[in-house]
Amino acid sequence: MTTVVRTFVHQPERRDTASPAGPVRTFIPDPAQAPAVIPGVRRLRGISRDEAFNMGGAALCALSVSLLLFGQIAPLSGVLGFVLLTYAVFLLVYAVLISFSETRPVVVDKVMSVLLFTAAATAILVLGSVIIFVLLRGRAALVHTNFYTQDMSATGPSEPLTSGGIKHAIIGTLVIMTGAIAISVPLGLTCAVFLTETRSKLGRPVRTIVDAMTALPSIVAGLFIFATWVLIFGFERSGLAASMAVSIMMLPIIIRSGDVVLRLVPGNLREASAALGAPTWRTVWHVVVPTARSGLTTSVILGVARGVGETAPVLLTSGFAAGLNLNPSKNPMVSLPLAAFVFVRSPQAEMIARGFATAAVLMVLVLVLFTLARVVGGHPAGQLNRRQAARLTRRSQRDVIRFNKKVQSA
Amino acid sequence: MGRIDVTAVATTTIPVSTQAPPTQARNLDSKQDMGDKVFRIGTSASGVAVLALMAAVGVFLSVQAAQALSKSGFSFITTSDWQPDRNHFGIAAVIAGTVTIALVAVVVALPLSMGTALFITEVAPPRFRSLLIALVDLMAAVPSVVYGLWGLFLFQGWVISLSRWISTWFGWIPIFKVTGADPHGAVTNSTVFTASAFIAGLVVALMVVPIQCSVMREVFSQVPLGEREGAFALGSTRWGMIRAVSLPFGQGGIIGGTMLGLGRALGETIAVVLIISPRFDINFHVLEAGGNSVSSLIALRYSEASGFGLSALMAAGLALFIMTLGVNFVASIFIARSRSGASSEA
Repeated sequence: MTTVVRTFVHQPERRDTASPAGPVRTFIPDPAQAPAVIPGVRRLRGISRDEAFNMGGAALCALSVSLLLFGQIAPLSGVLGFVLLTYAVFLLVYAVLISFSETRPVVVDKVMSVLLFTAAATAILVLGSVIIFVLLRGRAALVHTNFYTQDMSATGPSEPLTSGGIKHAIIGTLVIMTGAIAISVPLGLTCAVFLTETRSKLGRPVRTIVDAMTALPSIVAGLFIFATWVLIFGFERSGLAASMAVSIMMLPIIIRSGDVVLRLVPGNLREASAALGAPTWRTVWHVVVPTARSGLTTSVILGVARGVGETAPVLLTSGFAAGLNLNPSKNPMVSLPLAAFVFVRSPQAEMIARGFATAAVLMVLVLVLFTLARVVGGHPAGQLNRRQAARLTRRSQRDVIRFNKKVQSA
Repeated sequence: MGRIDVTAVATTTIPVSTQAPPTQARNLDSKQDMGDKVFRIGTSASGVAVLALMAAVGVFLSVQAAQALSKSGFSFITTSDWQPDRNHFGIAAVIAGTVTIALVAVVVALPLSMGTALFITEVAPPRFRSLLIALVDLMAAVPSVVYGLWGLFLFQGWVISLSRWISTWFGWIPIFKVTGADPHGAVTNSTVFTASAFIAGLVVALMVVPIQCSVMREVFSQVPLGEREGAFALGSTRWGMIRAVSLPFGQGGIIGGTMLGLGRALGETIAVVLIISPRFDINFHVLEAGGNSVSSLIALRYSEASGFGLSALMAAGLALFIMTLGVNFVASIFIARSRSGASSEA
């Protein structure tokens, strides 16, 4: 039983209805009589009326000034110019307005808060603009079903959008990514385990190198595979070579985020396992990895999302093909980003529309992968959702029954 | 299982050792079983494989580049033209172009990413925080070809007017000078402003922002609560607290994150290829049409190159590789040495 007892220091009259005798200072306030807003308490959050007026006034002023001045400030024109001018005037007017009632540190604080908000808003707006623009421009080709069921082998560049499609690029991406996942996921996860679970002297240099690898230019990864696989070993440019180049780009991401996730596994779980006599590999396999499973899945998905979008390595190691190619060891195999890149470099409007549609498909794929990563990895290591918790409970119930049977039979 | 006899009088005795004390310390190393040996060797092998992979990138690029480098010698660094067939090629122009684009990108991205990181950690209401983090991470996941398309077909149109304004009012600053633009003419042909290093740099900046932002956010979120509250208790405003506590604390992370972004900007390929029109002279006028970068040189000349030309491109790739590696190592040193980075190193 918890009763909320509030004391109102500012209320001079005592309304101690609970016990009339004796000096009682604490009482349960009557909700009907308690004032709705306690006077004299400063509001700590939200926007006060003053602030709203300041903001609105400054915005209105900025808008009218830039409407008036626009075109006067020499050749500044266009949407971006208008927005920038309005924003500059807004900041100035806003600062002046607050300075009427506030001290200098407060003025600086408020103006800086607006600037910080602007930075974040700019980033988000740009992201939204990129996504919406590509989807809108791609819509023309996206609505035709043949875009998903045909390839470009029988379609000329100026033929209408009702012919030709990116089936070959979709399948090519799937094949190349399968290969890249087969290479980079086992190697990457093992390396992440190596970094966290073994106290090796090698750990430090490996971590440094992996950090350096995250910034390895994708074109250099492509060049490297081309220099070794094609020039030195004498194999063909193919989907397999592209898989290898892409896996070089995915490796550091999987290792780094896997490393971070594994480090979040509580140390006492490892110690408990070791105290029960389990060797290190058993601890890792049965305790550490299952605990961090969702995080590790996230790191793999993030790596895949990065790999899917890589254009330059595929350009160098596989090259563009207009038709479907299912054999990863022979002949060029095209991926979605490469197809988008090649399409938009064509002067034909139809090809550019196809390029945008391809980019839109790629972006939707990345968005789906990314959302999946957030959903899977949205909770910290070791925390289970309801279904997982139920499964775990059932399993330990089974264990209890098994133990009891053993004890009875003994 | 013997029950304790409660009737017995329990006394504590100090055991008297009958043996001589051991002359040597007991070996504390636990014996590894077979499984652990395999585990150790297997995981170490993966670590070695990653090290070997990076070494191989350097070695094989060097091997392939040797032919071109031995023929061109030192002029590889000083020549700006790229005509391997006539043995007249060098990376002076493309390196200058790469650095120009990367610097534009970082100069634009730094305030944007720092502001975003500070907004997320200090200003935004807690319930929006994870959404904002997800959106910024999503920015990093959007493929560069998509940014390239956006930059080429939408953003360029917006920026040209800004370029024109800057060149008119600030054309007296050498880097903003545009040859061919007439500041007093009513209408200057807009083609002198298209496909410039400035536009390419702006688009690359958008790709750099999430990388810088995530490093800085990480650092700002580690600011000790005590110092933060101390600043507030002394009457500081929020910005005062950020200036007095967060920024000094996160200095190493800010520098490291910026350099990490610089490394990424140096290597960006596809967006730059899409936007820029290649030229082969050293050009620091960022607003002017045309520019170049090492990665776009490789991507554009690669298909027509053969034999010696390929070797020359490999040499250019090697130069880019060394440059980004250098920038990255400096960045990781800054991050590791900073006060806030000390805890992230396991």
